[in-house]
Amino acid sequence: MARVVVDVMPKPEILDPQGQAVANALPRLGFDGITSVRQGKHFELEVADDVDDATLAKIAETFLANPVIEDWVVRRVEA
Amino acid sequence: MRVGVITFPGTLDDVDAERAVRYAGGEAVKLWHADHDLKDVDAVIVPGGFSYGDYLRCGAIARFAPVMQEVVDAAKKGMPVLGICNGFQILCEAHLLPGALIRNHKLHFVCRDQWLKVENNATAWTTRYDQGAEILVPLKSGEGGYQADQSTLDELEGEGRVVFRYVGENPNGSRNNIAGITSANGRVVGLMPHPEHAIDALTGPTDDGLGMFLSLVDSVVKA
Amino acid sequence: MTVDTVKNAENTPDQEQPYKELGLKDDEYARIKEILGRRPTDAELAMYSVMWSEHCSYKSSKVHLKYFSDTTTDEMRAKMLAGIGENAGVVDIGDGWAITFKAESHNHPSYVEPYQGAATGVGGIVRDILAMGARPLAVMDPLRFGPADAPDTRRVLPGIVAGVGGYGNCLGLPNIGGEVVFDATYAGNPLVNALCVGAMRVEDLHLAHASGTGNKVILFGARTGLDGIGGVSVLASETFDDSAGAGKRKKLPSVQVGDPFTEKVLIECCLELFAQRIVVGIQDLGGAGLACATSELASAGDGGMHVYLDRVPLRATGMTPAEILSSESQERMCAVVRPEDLDAFMAVCRKWDVIATEIGEVTEGDRLVITWHDEVVLDVPPRTVAHEGPVYNRPIERPADQDALQADTPDRLPKPARDELLDLVKTMAASPNLASKRWVTQQYDRYVRGGTVLAQPADSGMIRIDESTHRGVALSTDCNGRYTKLDPYAGAQLALAEAYRNVATTGATPVAVTNCLNFGSPEDPAVMWQFERAVKGLADGCVALGIPVTGGNVSFYNQTGSTAILPTPVVGVLGVIDDVRRRIPTGIGAEAGETLLLLGETRAEFGGSEWAHVVHGHLGGLPPEVDLAREKLLGEVLVAGSRDGMLSAAHDLSDGGLAQALVETCLIGEVGARVFLEGDLFTELFSESTARVLVAVPRTEELRFTDMCTARGLPWRKVGVVDPESDALEIQELGSLPLAELREAWEGTLPALFD
Repeated sequence: MARVVVDVMPKPEILDPQGQAVANALPRLGFDGITSVRQGKHFELEVADDVDDATLAKIAETFLANPVIEDWVVRRVEA
Repeated sequence: MRVGVITFPGTLDDVDAERAVRYAGGEAVKLWHADHDLKDVDAVIVPGGFSYGDYLRCGAIARFAPVMQEVVDAAKKGMPVLGICNGFQILCEAHLLPGALIRNHKLHFVCRDQWLKVENNATAWTTRYDQGAEILVPLKSGEGGYQADQSTLDELEGEGRVVFRYVGENPNGSRNNIAGITSANGRVVGLMPHPEHAIDALTGPTDDGLGMFLSLVDSVVKA
Repeated sequence: MTVDTVKNAENTPDQEQPYKELGLKDDEYARIKEILGRRPTDAELAMYSVMWSEHCSYKSSKVHLKYFSDTTTDEMRAKMLAGIGENAGVVDIGDGWAITFKAESHNHPSYVEPYQGAATGVGGIVRDILAMGARPLAVMDPLRFGPADAPDTRRVLPGIVAGVGGYGNCLGLPNIGGEVVFDATYAGNPLVNALCVGAMRVEDLHLAHASGTGNKVILFGARTGLDGIGGVSVLASETFDDSAGAGKRKKLPSVQVGDPFTEKVLIECCLELFAQRIVVGIQDLGGAGLACATSELASAGDGGMHVYLDRVPLRATGMTPAEILSSESQERMCAVVRPEDLDAFMAVCRKWDVIATEIGEVTEGDRLVITWHDEVVLDVPPRTVAHEGPVYNRPIERPADQDALQADTPDRLPKPARDELLDLVKTMAASPNLASKRWVTQQYDRYVRGGTVLAQPADSGMIRIDESTHRGVALSTDCNGRYTKLDPYAGAQLALAEAYRNVATTGATPVAVTNCLNFGSPEDPAVMWQFERAVKGLADGCVALGIPVTGGNVSFYNQTGSTAILPTPVVGVLGVIDDVRRRIPTGIGAEAGETLLLLGETRAEFGGSEWAHVVHGHLGGLPPEVDLAREKLLGEVLVAGSRDGMLSAAHDLSDGGLAQALVETCLIGEVGARVFLEGDLFTELFSESTARVLVAVPRTEELRFTDMCTARGLPWRKVGVVDPESDALEIQELGSLPLAELREAWEGTLPALFD
């Protein structure tokens, strides 16, 4: 078994209301110097050894992310 | 009898809460999120909506609003506070009430008329109801599943601090079918369903919700 | 970066421009050159191409839409404060209240990205209503999908429903009605129409215009990003064909992401600005963004306008003037403000944390001039952009197979045997188009703001406008695309008739009409024929009913390959009710002892019917007969019945006929009924003859009500009684259907498909 991490983020050119709301709140809470926040999703998958990268990429592209508005990165990490 | 109703950017049900206060014979006072000022009110309602868009986590940003710091201080001195829906989420984030609200178990936003059982009629907001009475009020939320660790749940149940429980099918996956809870002193109440939308059978399923606002008026008059 | 300025355009008259990729025809491009006396700059080309698109210019529909205003009489216009051509129609409903309402389509974006497409559709129509000076009060969404059990419908429907709910719920607007209809022709072309209704005091009406030299133009709301500029990115790649960024951007999808929180704040901010009376003119930014807002504001005013485009707050880096002008970033508004009110305006925006930027001013003369860091990038007569676009008289031809379609009547279809009828009632109730839409509507907040008197599944949505006088309005949207396919003229009138009847069925007097006309490609003469006939039918129908069309929307190109959707002219009717406490509910059983009466006449009419569709997959023949005089009479009787408290429930007969009306009225009222019918029971139960309503009358009012019907010449018939003790719908001679069984059939279908 291996652990695979998929990070899904709104595409840079797409409006990210979630991140914007956090960014706007930070100065109100007294935290200065943060110019931008973007909010995405983090998935952790426990994956059998015979699942190849192409399959993982397909899972990310067709299911975990919405390619119309989101980018994604698939990483294998140490279990 | 002055009842403050807070408006955050993104608050939606403030007009409804104000109307409910008026129907119960109280004076509704508008409170603004950015003010350190409760305007000498006798009680506060934190109404429903999507404060600051609720994007990070429901209520997570609102709890830091200047007006909420005043509400927390006043609540500690015994002021009656009612949090409805997003207001309940904010009171949990502000630690005036224990636990948290998470996404509905079926993942959809649910708007429906919901039967509730009154489990505690001794709070500042529920004296008008008979213990064990069933009332029908709207529930409308996407993140209404009440969650707390087992010891907190045991404490709430043991001290009779569950105020309302869902009757019938659990609409959102709340633990112990909890719809609303109260603070240890019975002054702060939070619930997911919307009593302020059930004050007149013309515009709501019933007028069962009005009892909460009448209870408040009673309690402050007596106090 | 280098920018294509007016000076540059003058110096490089022969530079090739990608006008074809931007959707402009040779003659249209030539006309732009003629108007300007030179080639357009990139920014000008972007502005003209987007404003002269079908979506913005109505170039294929304009010649036909004119028929609406040509046929509107002064009498029909009497209560109209604003009509076609404004952001939304406005109607005076009495007590000093004005109501504005409008529907718009967001079909294609919702197919590409269902959630965001539907969400931004709601956002756009709400800003239209806001731009009239009104507080938006409620929304409703007529939706059309491919077959309910098609795999793609499973992708599209839940996303669209969640988007409508996600945006509307967060905005705090109750969703009070709409439609969910399935048909194979909508696979690949779902229809997402969004309607919004708002109210204001009559004196607060705001029209979009930029008047008064020296007045400031303020852009406020969200920042401007690269949303929805997919089309214009060809300009970027032309200008910067060697830069990597331009190449990447060319693939930009035309998807916009909505932020309902920003819109909610924008609504409250605008209403506070209106209340302080510091807005001279206001315009929402929707399709075509700033290109549309600046050219429309300028062309509707009495002067010119200068816009400093480099002042626009941006969300993306390196945006060109053409991109900024055509960006469709959501949640933005443009206002014209007197200089002396500028500080007050900015203070209100600061209170609501709304970004507001002075981007220009109203000038003398009649030019719209846009500069970018002191260089002129656009200099045009604004009317040529906004109002004097191309107009097409597209070829019209009755489809060759229309006669065959109409000749293929349902007469040849085998009818059910008598002992199959009871089961058929249940089968029909469970069919996707007739089944309960609760799975959809319970994702929408119907209660927020506390004014909702009726919502789905009532015949029309109803909201209270005035808490002291109890004055309110009712709204219904309807369209049967199958009827319209069989006969577009009659089909549009049937849509109007049903919406009219639905409004009257809840006790409100119909007063005004809006529409959202969804059709295939205007380049197909058969589609243009459908369109032309539907517009004529709707306009003539409005004259017959004496209520005006106050606005509308046209959506063309809804087709996959050469197959167009069913022609779908969605009609919305607005009604007024003096006292919402007199509303007529849909469910029976509210009063002890009710008689069920069927108002109107039943004929054997099955062309385009739900029965032919569900049981035989058949579409042919002619739709039910239209009788608008009868609809009007029926409406008057219903309103009188409501006013005098004679009716305890009423439900319109439409798709699925009397059987479906009975099922719904029993299930909604949670009470049984005994029904006795005469004649051919199949026709009685399933015919879709129009101008019929099922009413429940308290026994004490029965004689008074039937006497009134008789005196007015409205046919009526006693068809049953409500039985509070019964938990079944009993149809004499056929048998009994337990309500629990009916409920499972009616409510089980959508959850089984989409949960």
